[in-house]
Amino acid sequence: MSSAPAAELQGGSVSGPPSPFDYFFDRAFRGLAYAGAASILLLLALILYEIGGKALPGIREHGVALLVSSNWDVKAGEFGILPAIWGTLYSSLLALIIGGAFGVAMAIFLTQDFLPPRLAQVFRTIVELLAAIPSVVYGLWGIFVVIPVIRPVADWLHDKLAVIPFFSTSLAGPGMLPAAMVLAIMVLPTVAAVSQDALRLVPYKVKEAAYGLGTTRWEAILKVLLPAARNGIFGALVLGFGRALGETMALAMLVGNSNQVTLSLFAPANTLAALLALNFPEAGPKEIPVLMYAALVLLAITLLVNIAGSAIMVLAGRQGGAR
Amino acid sequence: MQIKNFAIAAACFAFALTAQAQDKIRLVGSGASFPAPIYLAWFKEISKTGVTIDYQSKGSGAGVQDLINKTVDFAASDSAMTDEQIAKVPGGVVLLPMTAGEVVISYNLPGVKRLNLPRDVYPQIFLGKITKWNDPKIVAANKGETMPDLPITVVRRADSSGTTFVFTNHLSAINEEFKKGPGEGNTVNWPKSDKFIASPKNDGVTATIRQTKGAVGYIEYAFAKFSKMDVAYVQNKAGNYVAPGTEGGAAALANAKFPPDMRLWLSDPTGDKSYPIATYTWMLFYKKYDDPKKAAAIKKMIEFGLGEGQKMADKMGYLPMPAPVAADVRKAAGSIN
Repeated sequence: MSSAPAAELQGGSVSGPPSPFDYFFDRAFRGLAYAGAASILLLLALILYEIGGKALPGIREHGVALLVSSNWDVKAGEFGILPAIWGTLYSSLLALIIGGAFGVAMAIFLTQDFLPPRLAQVFRTIVELLAAIPSVVYGLWGIFVVIPVIRPVADWLHDKLAVIPFFSTSLAGPGMLPAAMVLAIMVLPTVAAVSQDALRLVPYKVKEAAYGLGTTRWEAILKVLLPAARNGIFGALVLGFGRALGETMALAMLVGNSNQVTLSLFAPANTLAALLALNFPEAGPKEIPVLMYAALVLLAITLLVNIAGSAIMVLAGRQGGAR
Repeated sequence: MQIKNFAIAAACFAFALTAQAQDKIRLVGSGASFPAPIYLAWFKEISKTGVTIDYQSKGSGAGVQDLINKTVDFAASDSAMTDEQIAKVPGGVVLLPMTAGEVVISYNLPGVKRLNLPRDVYPQIFLGKITKWNDPKIVAANKGETMPDLPITVVRRADSSGTTFVFTNHLSAINEEFKKGPGEGNTVNWPKSDKFIASPKNDGVTATIRQTKGAVGYIEYAFAKFSKMDVAYVQNKAGNYVAPGTEGGAAALANAKFPPDMRLWLSDPTGDKSYPIATYTWMLFYKKYDDPKKAAAIKKMIEFGLGEGQKMADKMGYLPMPAPVAADVRKAAGSIN
């Protein structure tokens, strides 16, 4: 205790050999960090083991047939999740097209000095607040606001353009389009926030250089900034898609939960997450392995999307480097 | 599954703790969600007398499973128990109907003040065979009203539910085609159509019917009563159109005779004033309890439910049990010890 102040008084260096406590603190912290990282892997493995183990009887009994059948008859013991897989991918893709376009546009608007910085901050906070709204509230909003609003448009489209498969059925209420629209708003904050980060990471010098070459603002944004930030924006879209795949409650309320595969935007459909949420609470011994199987399929789809996303990003990055 | 086990472990632990307190008794139950509101109201009253009852409304099927696995003191089910399930409990079980309710057919037809649904029409609607509100059969039964030229949108429960069981059980009883097609069950294989929509829980079905012109669906009477939905007059076995409510429900219950095992489904009640879609709902007990204090607490609970409890039924949208039935149930409860 007394030696350290003494050294200071003598005008020596303030640095000294680490004390036993420093060593201990360092090691403990490293251990904690390792444990934290390991527990994430362990948790994932545990989840896979738990779901996989319970799904095994279902996989053995139904095999691939479950993935290609569209019958769900508990009494007869016939199960099929093709409509749910189709609905999950279709609704997520629609949501990504709508939400992605708006999200990226919003990110450009909020980062490229269109607004005074204060006001931009207010807007940013509002967009992020969208992420804090509970799923059930989105579902209710969808039923009471979105469906009545789109009904006249949907009826008109069905009347005039019924030949196009997207409009081939009339809107009965809950269905694919209202579900996808609400889903788009739910993925918007994710896409907008991550895209903003990506755009902000582009060095200011790049933009100045573009202006220096005589580009207009739009040319600078579209031809210089967006390509420079493209990896980050693509990552935002993948994250948004992942979020859309797993969204449950709002979809359970809006998608119509009908086991059919159709291109029509106005027909009721089903999604894996909604199927799981609605059938688990009262599932019997026959249904649980099937539902676990469906959960495994959802997990696999999410994993595939993420892997494909990162693979495309790596590939795109390599090409960019070669140019 | 893990959470369930944990909850049960926690409940056992809690029980072990309170057991030391001697005078406090804790019962654990699980099962049907349909009667859960009234059961919880009962248990709140009973807790004032020193008996604490925990009830998890996780569904009839899960409740029966818990009873078989001996993880609860009692269970509740909208469909009683099957012979196969009863055989799995070695000591034997006692099934007691504790309250009753109705399922209503609710609709959204602006301008239609009263809707009569004949017996040969509503099964056809739920089979997707009658698809327009101005179908001649519907028009013929509703002479005073103008039926609109609207497609019928059927709203059903998306989740597995005792309400669906009661409704499909009735439809199967009166319509051969329905019995062979979707049949009866907590979830059934409904016709595939763009005009069949599924929504979660009573709230979801109610909201969807509200928002969709031309929609029709089935919900619990208690729910329809409190959300002030339009409900159809349904033609009963005697040929009369009856509105759901205490009167029609009581008539349906009164005309039923219980067998000794207290299992009885009112698939198609007789009587001029009977509302046709009604059901009892059961509490399931073991025949023998090792702890005499527990048995005493359970008897206390049954007594409260049959006495004080029935007075709360009407207010909460359930049907009070007819006095002779309550007496039968009391007698059957005597076999618990």
